[in-house]
Amino acid sequence: MKAVLEAIGRPVLRLLEGVGRFFELFGQTLRGFVRPPYQIAMTAKQVVRVGVDSVPVVFLTALFTGGVLALQTFKGFQRFHAEGYIGSVVALSMLRELGPVLTGLMVTGRAGSAMAAELGSMRVTEQIDALVSLATDPVQYLFVPRVLASIIVAPMLVVLADVTGILGGYLVAVQYLGANPVVYMNNTFQYLNMDDMTSGLIKAAVFGLLFSMIGCQTGYDTKGGAEGVGTSTTSAVVLGSLAILIADFFLTKVLF
Amino acid sequence: MVAPSPSGVPAIRLRGVTKAFGPKVVLDHLDLAVEKGESLVLLGQSGIGKSVLLKHVVGLLKPDAGSVEIDGEDLWAVSSRERDVLRRKFGMSFQEGALFDSMSVGDNIAFPLVRHTRKSRKEIADRVAECLELVRLPGIEDKRPSELSGGMRRRVGFARAIALQPQILLFDEPTTGLDPITTDVLVRVIEEMRKRMNPTAITITHDLKVAFAIADRVGLLAHGKIEIEMAPKEFEASADPRVAAFVKGDSELSPPEIEPERRPGVPPSAAPPV
Repeated sequence: MKAVLEAIGRPVLRLLEGVGRFFELFGQTLRGFVRPPYQIAMTAKQVVRVGVDSVPVVFLTALFTGGVLALQTFKGFQRFHAEGYIGSVVALSMLRELGPVLTGLMVTGRAGSAMAAELGSMRVTEQIDALVSLATDPVQYLFVPRVLASIIVAPMLVVLADVTGILGGYLVAVQYLGANPVVYMNNTFQYLNMDDMTSGLIKAAVFGLLFSMIGCQTGYDTKGGAEGVGTSTTSAVVLGSLAILIADFFLTKVLF
Repeated sequence: MVAPSPSGVPAIRLRGVTKAFGPKVVLDHLDLAVEKGESLVLLGQSGIGKSVLLKHVVGLLKPDAGSVEIDGEDLWAVSSRERDVLRRKFGMSFQEGALFDSMSVGDNIAFPLVRHTRKSRKEIADRVAECLELVRLPGIEDKRPSELSGGMRRRVGFARAIALQPQILLFDEPTTGLDPITTDVLVRVIEEMRKRMNPTAITITHDLKVAFAIADRVGLLAHGKIEIEMAPKEFEASADPRVAAFVKGDSELSPPEIEPERRPGVPPSAAPPV
């Protein structure tokens, strides 16, 4: 009986510890935002790393997602002769849901894991201790540029994903399923309103915050040598992706 | 030995510092005072807590109990801002150098200057060149840390540590794992730095040659305390079995401390994070 309770209790405790640590480091990061020195050059460097370097991956993901969405919707809608609405379905799904979530997941895999690996190896080679000994707050120095850059670029990447996804759907519908281009484009924008766009962008900013904080946190708290860095990198992707999916549900509820 | 400073306030004072990682008590009510300008060398077996002690001095670790005072100011009684101001008095050199591998050698040494001073680019470049000269590595500003040997990396670490002209220098095993000739170069560099800057210094090592070359006072860390403190000459000649065991390298004279993680009944996961 005791063993069972322990088996339940241990992961729960570890989870709560991790969540507590998240908010502790988040508080320190927020303090780092407002205090000088402001690290504009470092943030710009991270914008390039997280944002610009993610463009190809986000582009391809969204293009094929939009395409497959059009294909699948066609299969279903054909059964009750509603093929005309494929454009609306693709656009709504991309803007409200798939654009932000898929971008979040892809960038977590690319940039969140890289943050964990970089900070993790800095931890195990005492570079983070060296920062402290040089009178530099490591959370401010390392977290702030990464988190700030991620919050800025995630919505931009989502705009790219939205446009590319709609393009992917259009290409499949017009080139392959034989839809009329003008009718399809009309349909795409007919049922869209501004809220669909903004809700996706708000989600993206939150996802950017989540994957960068989690990537930095797992790297920063790395224990042990090379193996520890590996574990941290895996955790950054797993926890980052889970956090995005869970946050997505609640954000959708709040943003209707 | 250096006489106590006239003000009577030692540069570094640890009172009753206690630190435990899980069940393992590493530091146990440790007291230590280092006078201004004095060079203390701490000896002790591997894994006995020498690095932990050094990390307490610079505030990388917070003691579970006790206090750490720098020039009479308690490191943990002040705000994190003020703690960073106190830390500017320190230059710390890490075991493997701990250079920022995303930056060139020059940027590594310039880091504290850019961050904490309003010097111009020219002044910073001059100071970087000066520091590199002091560690006998002139003109390597543009190299990457990954291109350097272990001994060079540590010397660049020294150069970064002294960039802000700190009053206190901390060396974490400056020569461990280096060949005798490189070790001699490092010892000479440390001596040169002491002569030019007259800093307060704590060095941890288990290399006796290094210890006797740079120490005003030698301390032996064991059982979480500084068990023995004496001048290098006395230390070398001491009949105390704990000292003799260390000087002669004979484990029969004083049995090594058993590390708790090897004690039966304690799971290995209880070992402290390194």
